[in-house]
Amino acid sequence: MTYFIDRRANAKHKSAVNRQRFLQRYRSHIKRSVEEAVNRRSITDMERGEKVSIPAKDISEPVFQHGPGGSRTIVSPGNKEFVEGDRLRRPGGDGEGGAGEGSASNQGEGMDEFAFSLSREEFLDFVFDGLALPHLERKQLRDLDEVRPVRAGVTRDGVPSRINIVRSMREAQARRIGMRAPIKRALREAEEALQEEERKDPVLRNPTRIHELKAEIERLEKRLDAVPFIDTYDLRYNNLVDQPQPSNKAVMFCVMDVSGSMTQGHKDIAKRFFLLLYLFLERNYEKVELVFIRHHTAAKEVDEEEFFYSRETGGTIVSSALTLVDEIITQRYSPAQWNLYVAQASDGDNWDDDSTTCRDLLLSSLMAKLQYYTYVEITPHSHQALWEEYERVQVRHPERFAMQQIVEPGDIYPVFRKLFRKRIAQ
Amino acid sequence: MSTVSTPIATGSDWNFEILTAYEREIARFAKEYRLDIYPNQIEIITSEQMMDAYASVGMPVGYHHWSFGKQFLSVEQAYRRGQMGLAYELVINSDPCIAYLMEENTLMMQILVMAHACYGHNSFFKGNYLFRTWTDASAIVDYLVFARKYIAECEQRHGVSAVEQLLDACHALQNYGVDRYKRPSPISSEEEARRQQEREAYLQAQVNALWRTIPEESPRDASEAFAENGDDPLGLHQYGRYPPEPQENLLYFLEKNAPLLESWQREIVRIVRKLAQYFYPQRQTQVMNEGWATFWHYTLMNRLYDEGLIDEGTILEFLHSHTAVVQQPGFDSPHFNGINPYALGFAMFSDIRRICETPDEEDREWFPETAGSDWLETVHFAMRNFKDESFIQQFLSPRVIRDLKLFSLVDDDRDEMLTISAIHDERGYRRVREALSAQYALSLREPNIQVWEADIRGDRSLTLRHVQDERRPLGKTLYPVLRHLHQLWGFAVKLESVEDDEVVRRYQWPLPGDA
Repeated sequence: MTYFIDRRANAKHKSAVNRQRFLQRYRSHIKRSVEEAVNRRSITDMERGEKVSIPAKDISEPVFQHGPGGSRTIVSPGNKEFVEGDRLRRPGGDGEGGAGEGSASNQGEGMDEFAFSLSREEFLDFVFDGLALPHLERKQLRDLDEVRPVRAGVTRDGVPSRINIVRSMREAQARRIGMRAPIKRALREAEEALQEEERKDPVLRNPTRIHELKAEIERLEKRLDAVPFIDTYDLRYNNLVDQPQPSNKAVMFCVMDVSGSMTQGHKDIAKRFFLLLYLFLERNYEKVELVFIRHHTAAKEVDEEEFFYSRETGGTIVSSALTLVDEIITQRYSPAQWNLYVAQASDGDNWDDDSTTCRDLLLSSLMAKLQYYTYVEITPHSHQALWEEYERVQVRHPERFAMQQIVEPGDIYPVFRKLFRKRIAQ
Repeated sequence: MSTVSTPIATGSDWNFEILTAYEREIARFAKEYRLDIYPNQIEIITSEQMMDAYASVGMPVGYHHWSFGKQFLSVEQAYRRGQMGLAYELVINSDPCIAYLMEENTLMMQILVMAHACYGHNSFFKGNYLFRTWTDASAIVDYLVFARKYIAECEQRHGVSAVEQLLDACHALQNYGVDRYKRPSPISSEEEARRQQEREAYLQAQVNALWRTIPEESPRDASEAFAENGDDPLGLHQYGRYPPEPQENLLYFLEKNAPLLESWQREIVRIVRKLAQYFYPQRQTQVMNEGWATFWHYTLMNRLYDEGLIDEGTILEFLHSHTAVVQQPGFDSPHFNGINPYALGFAMFSDIRRICETPDEEDREWFPETAGSDWLETVHFAMRNFKDESFIQQFLSPRVIRDLKLFSLVDDDRDEMLTISAIHDERGYRRVREALSAQYALSLREPNIQVWEADIRGDRSLTLRHVQDERRPLGKTLYPVLRHLHQLWGFAVKLESVEDDEVVRRYQWPLPGDA
């Protein structure tokens, strides 16, 4: 009558579809929370989901119910001092009895917010909804340095450990059938001839012929036995070919101008931009490293803390940072092994002729190694030399060099979306 | 007390062998107590699966809808914060009766859940007249499979959002998807799928016939009518009101009569209605059902202890858990959340047993038939033949009213003060009992709303009537519900609140001037 079933190994996430439906339905609410969250967080603190609240009134499922008013009788437990006929002041202003609702269970009523947690995955889905890393595919096909052996049929050559026994035996059998068939046929003919000869009257028998036939039969039987059961010719080996693998590592160079003109506000904008890019890379690569490079007249590699919170005064030489990036690539991140991204944030102010140096550096050396270069200029002012030189780079590398201007924090996300909008793969 | 044996197991770890052994013992006692049950299918699941199960109202298969996702998220949130245990509740009124044991539970908890769900709830489902009348335990899982598949197909054909909107609208009305007096024919699901196609064609034909007589379509009829009938030139009222009798089952009425629904939409209305019907008995027997299950887990656990099959530690752990379940915070406690159906139901069934076994003067006076009768006979009788409303009316004793210190209070908006109308004393018992019984009457708990008229010869508007009781108005969710109703009906929807045969308020959707 009773039986036990262990369902623990069964499918989990039965509600996954319903959960997705819910998230879909409240997209706009959730997106708002997500954007606020992106603003708050540090780059390396992304290992969690996000709490989201939706006003209860937006989420309720309405049914016919009684409203306040009229007359009703409520039974409650726990009377200590009342006696029949006692009169009490109505608690609160809205006529809701202090004794509470005994029966009605209006789900969600009384709660102002419906709160729930997004998983990390769901959170990032919302952040990057509709975005894509440009030219991911091209990189995958171009670099053949990372390879992984994959099985690709069978071959005649190989090492013993990769012998494919089934295929080898099948080959051997086919060969045996093929080689033995003519011999068997000759043998059968010889045997029939011998029998015929022997059935003849002893007088008519040809002893020489009989002798010849016997010799022939013996020879054929030997030949049959000599057909080897397995021959090196039969052996088949599993074939492994080296298939190029997309590199699963990426490094992002965060390059920021920290000269006196870059205020904390500018840096916060830059930070949000870097954060988005980091998260984005993290979703596409197994391993993402960050390199923080700040510069004024000279460039220096620093940690996240120093990157965002220290401030210098003085002039700006952007090319110092680009040179440092190039050096670090050469020393630590071979373009064959790594997907390289540079994100640069600046207010666009650069030392006299340095902008042309930057351009040359990009065109002659850097661009060839990089997946994508994004430049955001955080300024309300009109562009200067650096922007113009970068425009030339962009003309040469329209697919892999992108630049946008950001005036205020509200621009960050839209600009990011513009830089990484999904493009049709070529 | 019979011979005392040694415990089957001690400590809090369990395995299938131990569970099977305990289940066998519980079954043995249950048989003595004449608990008649459907076969049990006990499933061991993880806490996440339990949350999934909660989210689909305990249904083993369900169609997809965002509201179940919402449910899941809120259960998950509560569980993660530790506000909620996930142990007792889930058992499905089906044949076999499906109950869930969570792997994280201690051994005590597993035994408790088996006693509570597999013998308590299970025997209630099989025995109580409402469930016997309204649900077909052997067909429900099949029907759910049919519903899920059908709705998934509709999503593919018509798009997820079209189906979602339709379900939203149906859900808003699902409490009004039940015939309260007419017994439904059992849901037979294999047939369901087979008949579904025939139904499509037939239904549509019916609806078409109903709406064929709109004036624009038959100008000649109209002019004839004009000739015969001077004061009703279009003959709009010569056939009387449609429907001739008010209809309480709104979903059924829409399924059969809504002019613009397509046949797949009618089928979905029907699915929601069928499921509402399936849950209808549960909504009316909360106190009884939980009380019965709690009474039996208490009795069975004690029996296991008396027989020496569980040890001191286990029974103490049990008592701790049981006490928490049947706790009833007073109305002024911060933990107060209405009347706890476990507490009230358990108190009542325990009290019935007491009245049978050791009646006092008061019991003899109040329950002359029950006092001194066979307790087992009597609790079974009570379980079988009542719903919360009538169960309380019949069996709530002065003793329980005193124990729970029940009192009733009148909240009248024309009075600036609240009045205590009765308390747990001689004069109050009957009135408290009356009031508590009414509190569980679905007919008083939910607004009484029926289809009054569909204007099939005029503007096609639909008029509902709300019979107002004690001047209690409808809540502000009214308009969203009317909007859903309007979506299903396709034309203007009106609602009239009526008290003492007089219309006291009118509502309509779309709002005047919107249309």
